Amino acid sequence: MMLVRDILSWLLILGGGFFLVAGAIGVLRLPDFFTRQHAAGITDTMGAGLLLVGLMLQGGLTLVTVKLVLIIVFLSFTSPTSTHALAQAALSSGLKPLLGERREDLSSKT
Amino acid sequence: MRGRLFHTISLSLVLYGLWLLLSGHFEPLLLGLGVLSCVLVVWVSHRMDVVDQEGQPLALTWRALPYWGWLAWEIAKSSVDVTRIILNPRLPISPRLMRVRASQKSELGHVIYANSITLTPGTVTIDLADGELAVHALTRETAAALTDGEMDRRVTAMVGER
Repeated sequence: MMLVRDILSWLLILGGGFFLVAGAIGVLRLPDFFTRQHAAGITDTMGAGLLLVGLMLQGGLTLVTVKLVLIIVFLSFTSPTSTHALAQAALSSGLKPLLGERREDLSSKT
Repeated sequence: MRGRLFHTISLSLVLYGLWLLLSGHFEPLLLGLGVLSCVLVVWVSHRMDVVDQEGQPLALTWRALPYWGWLAWEIAKSSVDVTRIILNPRLPISPRLMRVRASQKSELGHVIYANSITLTPGTVTIDLADGELAVHALTRETAAALTDGEMDRRVTAMVGER
């Protein structure tokens, strides 16, 4: 039983780590601020989420797990709010999102 | 007036419960400090005039749980989609802006809907005014997932405005 729980929790933690790295790669590869926000979103929803659920399995039914649940709840309120604040600030300071279908449209402008 | 008293009591109880869960100590000194800090926070909240239904939508709590479950699954699916786009060597993105109407009546409903869109990878709410959202989508597919309006319906049902 302990073994099953350990394997499951490590799969979740490794999965979370994978999405954190994928999000970071996305921030580097995507062309502009607005598209990069989507990649950053993966790290704080899927990456942090899987990591925390994996840690909860390690914690078991304890106060530690309660705190981990609270971290997820607070993250799920604060991260979209801060993303929205960043996007608003970018828009009102006059940054225009890159739009378009083809790769050339996106790479020609900087 | 009665509503205000009810919200004061429920805010105090929720805050004290949070204190107990976070501290995990049950000595008289720490229990007393908890009471003090809860009283302080409730007093400050009263001065800020935020002790009301909007600041504390207790009635939503139970309906929110199934919604969060649904949202978590949506987040998981679109995280995988967006990760595949990011790791694809051709980087097949087609960023676009779109306008979406929010069918909720209250501002709380609008904010829940806008935040749910932002939490789902591939779509970010960049503006919200008078029930109309401006959404930046990473690809045509992530934009299409939003136009079917299922999330909008679920948020409206959750805030009880159907």
